[in-house]
Amino acid sequence: MTAPAPSPRTNVSLAERAYRIRRNALVMGEVQGQGYIGQALGVADVLAVSYFHAMTYRPEDPYWEGRDRFCLSIGHYAIALYAALVEAGIIPEDEMMTYGGDDSRLPMSGMAAYTPGMEITGGSLGQGLGISVGMALGLKRKQAKNWVINLLSDGELDEGSTWEAAMSAAHWKLDNLIALVDVNNQQADGPSTKMLGFEPLAPKWEAFGWFTQRVNGNDIDAVRAAFDAAKAHPVAQPRVIIFDTKMCKGVPFLEEREITHFVRVDASEWSRAIDILDAGRPS
Amino acid sequence: MIASIAAEGQATRPAPFGHALVALAKERPEIVGMTADLSKYTDLHVFANAFPDRFYQMGMAEQLLMSAAAGIAREGFTPFVTTYAVFASRRAYDFICMAIAEEALDVKIVCALPGLTTGYGPSHQATEDLAIFRALPNMTVIDPCDALDIEQAVPQIADHKGPVYMRLLRGNVPAVLDRYDYKFELGKAKLVRDGADVLFVSTGLMTMRTLEAAEELAKDNISAGVLHVPTLKPLDVETILREAGKPGRLVVTAENHTIVGGLGEAVAGILMRARAMPSGFHQIALPDAFLDAGALPTLHDRYGLSTRAVVEAVKARL
Repeated sequence: MTAPAPSPRTNVSLAERAYRIRRNALVMGEVQGQGYIGQALGVADVLAVSYFHAMTYRPEDPYWEGRDRFCLSIGHYAIALYAALVEAGIIPEDEMMTYGGDDSRLPMSGMAAYTPGMEITGGSLGQGLGISVGMALGLKRKQAKNWVINLLSDGELDEGSTWEAAMSAAHWKLDNLIALVDVNNQQADGPSTKMLGFEPLAPKWEAFGWFTQRVNGNDIDAVRAAFDAAKAHPVAQPRVIIFDTKMCKGVPFLEEREITHFVRVDASEWSRAIDILDAGRPS
Repeated sequence: MIASIAAEGQATRPAPFGHALVALAKERPEIVGMTADLSKYTDLHVFANAFPDRFYQMGMAEQLLMSAAAGIAREGFTPFVTTYAVFASRRAYDFICMAIAEEALDVKIVCALPGLTTGYGPSHQATEDLAIFRALPNMTVIDPCDALDIEQAVPQIADHKGPVYMRLLRGNVPAVLDRYDYKFELGKAKLVRDGADVLFVSTGLMTMRTLEAAEELAKDNISAGVLHVPTLKPLDVETILREAGKPGRLVVTAENHTIVGGLGEAVAGILMRARAMPSGFHQIALPDAFLDAGALPTLHDRYGLSTRAVVEAVKARL
């Protein structure tokens, strides 16, 4: 097992990490006047636990062989991952101002070749879990003990290739693979459950041979406990954690928007959103 | 022999791809094999038998196959991935494009039943695969002629850094190029035979047909050369222009592929851009149509790929 990497500011709580990830996302969103803010705010707690509790990495060496691999198959969530990578010290803070700009390392959709810490190019949905299966197989070939973590969305479950990969991961007994499913029930055309009904979700993954947990993805203690249980699970099978999250979590006036897949935020509202977030900052 | 490209009595070698890969893999531990339920039909079973712990059966799931190949390549391995050409070019295209080609990963995609090499009908006939993969940035595209070409291409595509699509002739594969002073060289076109009246510019199995056609034409005192172009991308523009750009010869391109977007149009583009005008130009290729099912020799004759049809096409234009 690789030694835990030194983490900067280790006395910082996970709740504070999640707050900062949300704030980073809003800062970047304001730069371009747009971005998948709803998803970033919703998944911030999961990212905080991933980067500051569950994963091993070296911020100064993003390609360190001993790192755990975080695969973002939902490339449009890039703003969320950038926000976490900034907080993790992998991307410099001042680079946030380049988000979505010409020649930036932070394009609007996540691409591996552009960004340190972005392991795969995931904009075309339904590819990430298959790539993660290949990475998990490769790590096993090398007898490496690192984790492959793949963040999926509920909408991505519409893609049949996701289920090809799910079957394969169980077939190959990939106990080094953790899938995270962000269930926020929002897709481009409306609520995910109305696009292609995916419930009951946990029994599906269980039937596909995965160790399955379903928790509130905005409850940091529950998220942390789920990661711990996933890593400690003794059976040789892949692990999935289904997170029910709230779009725009932490900024109530945005949470109330009817259409949250791509949130419309007026120019004047960015600073208001940040102010509200700051007011709710964990003590 | 309703399903074979080998003529009666033609010399063949069994599973040249599988054996070449095993020979290479003995020295290259990073090579792994992956397939989607078609190892026995892509000659990858030879590798699977030799290196069972380096073989990954991914099930009948081509999208997963390509994704997983990308993932294992990211971890430093060189996967040789096999399926049928139709499934790679059609079903798994987006996965090859975004997970493999855009990332320029070291994945070698080797696909059986290219063009018209089965009489099973359009579900199994990848008549447009070269056009599709030629259009894909970063992709190297190979259409070997015979057993020798395949055997020599395998180590070279493994040495090449980046994604490769190679068409595969499987099973008992004709051995044609042994008789010529020929070596496969990645990215190079080779003049296998020279001729004064006609120059065939051919790729894949059509090079064995153009070589036979050249023999036939010689009986009628027609001197025909054959420029074999096993690498469709990157194209050896210099050699093609040097040979096909010489004035006074009829240039005949020949490919086991739709007339749209393959070798013929590529050669025409090279000549046009260089303002090099041969005395005539003709494309032998499959029609822009979904092809019939049936016995392969019949279909090759019907669609103009048989040696007899090639000879007739040339005579009609001289």
